[in-house]
Amino acid sequence: MTLGEALAVIAPLVPEGTVSIHANGYIGRAGCAARDRDESFYMIGSMGLASSIGLGVALAQPRRRVLVLDGDGNVLMNLGALATIAAAAPPNFLHVCFDNGAHASTGAQPTVSDRVRLDEVARAAGYRSVSRVESREALLAEARTFLAGEGPAFLLVRVALGPAGPPAPRIPHTPEEMTARMRRALGAAR
Amino acid sequence: MTAGSPAVRFVDRLLASGFDFFAGVPCSLVKTVLAELERRRLYLGEVREDAALGVAAGAYLAGRMPAVVMQNSGLGVSLNALGSLHLLYRIPCLLLVTWRGFEGKDAPEHLVMGERMPRLLTLFGIPHRTLAATGIEGDVEWAAVRLKETRRPVALTVPPGLFE
Repeated sequence: MTLGEALAVIAPLVPEGTVSIHANGYIGRAGCAARDRDESFYMIGSMGLASSIGLGVALAQPRRRVLVLDGDGNVLMNLGALATIAAAAPPNFLHVCFDNGAHASTGAQPTVSDRVRLDEVARAAGYRSVSRVESREALLAEARTFLAGEGPAFLLVRVALGPAGPPAPRIPHTPEEMTARMRRALGAAR
Repeated sequence: MTAGSPAVRFVDRLLASGFDFFAGVPCSLVKTVLAELERRRLYLGEVREDAALGVAAGAYLAGRMPAVVMQNSGLGVSLNALGSLHLLYRIPCLLLVTWRGFEGKDAPEHLVMGERMPRLLTLFGIPHRTLAATGIEGDVEWAAVRLKETRRPVALTVPPGLFE
């Protein structure tokens, strides 16, 4: 299962109104191509911080569900966020980690996620629920339950590296537009 | 003037100016401020300054007006978040940055950043003022107005002695 195939399973199942925060690199590009909504935020820099941004939204709007679409390189860069999220324990916070074991967008340099299981790190940190899927069939079986479940929840989706090159074009929105449309969607003033 | 200690009056002033979400990493220069924020259950303690900035950015997207408390040692940690998240996406945040290494009188680990901090903020295009015992109310209001107008981060730096 590639990143694109995994996102093609998850994206249509995300309930209307859910905020989706995408990590930088190929995850945002593939996520935007799979399904783009006003409640979708694509981080193009600030690697590692998608989980922290998602936590901020979840704490500020407890009635709104927040889905963070993260990667192994991003999770490893901000590993402390797993502790902060588990300690704050927002029930509206869902965390997916697409784990291809590499920094795909910079040339597929390996991360350590083949030896350090990030789902086990999330479990040890104290996420309410943790699951791991390694095939498209398993993801199809798990995705609805995960998206409807109580957080903080962590779903590790093992994906294959590749195919070579970007999975989709760059994000078509300017960063400033993304901020404005998210705030409009969440009922914030300009 | 509101009653209470300088820290209590400062927190009152921040709330009156519209700040309603606080995260950060502690510094002894603002321990009384952090204790007051904690007492009011307004503060999320973070593990790193850039993670605090990430949480603050999320809170802003969700309609809050955030402030992040940090020691100036954490300003270095924060630069990528400020550059590629806040400044790029026009996400404002009040930075309350303590000034360790103030006037070159501090432990050695604070001297390099202490000497360069104002220039570093200027270099990043972050307007900044240094708080003094008189004029805090005006400085907080200046920061709040500036944030809303520019939708960019603004810093108030905190010298030793103000809240201790």
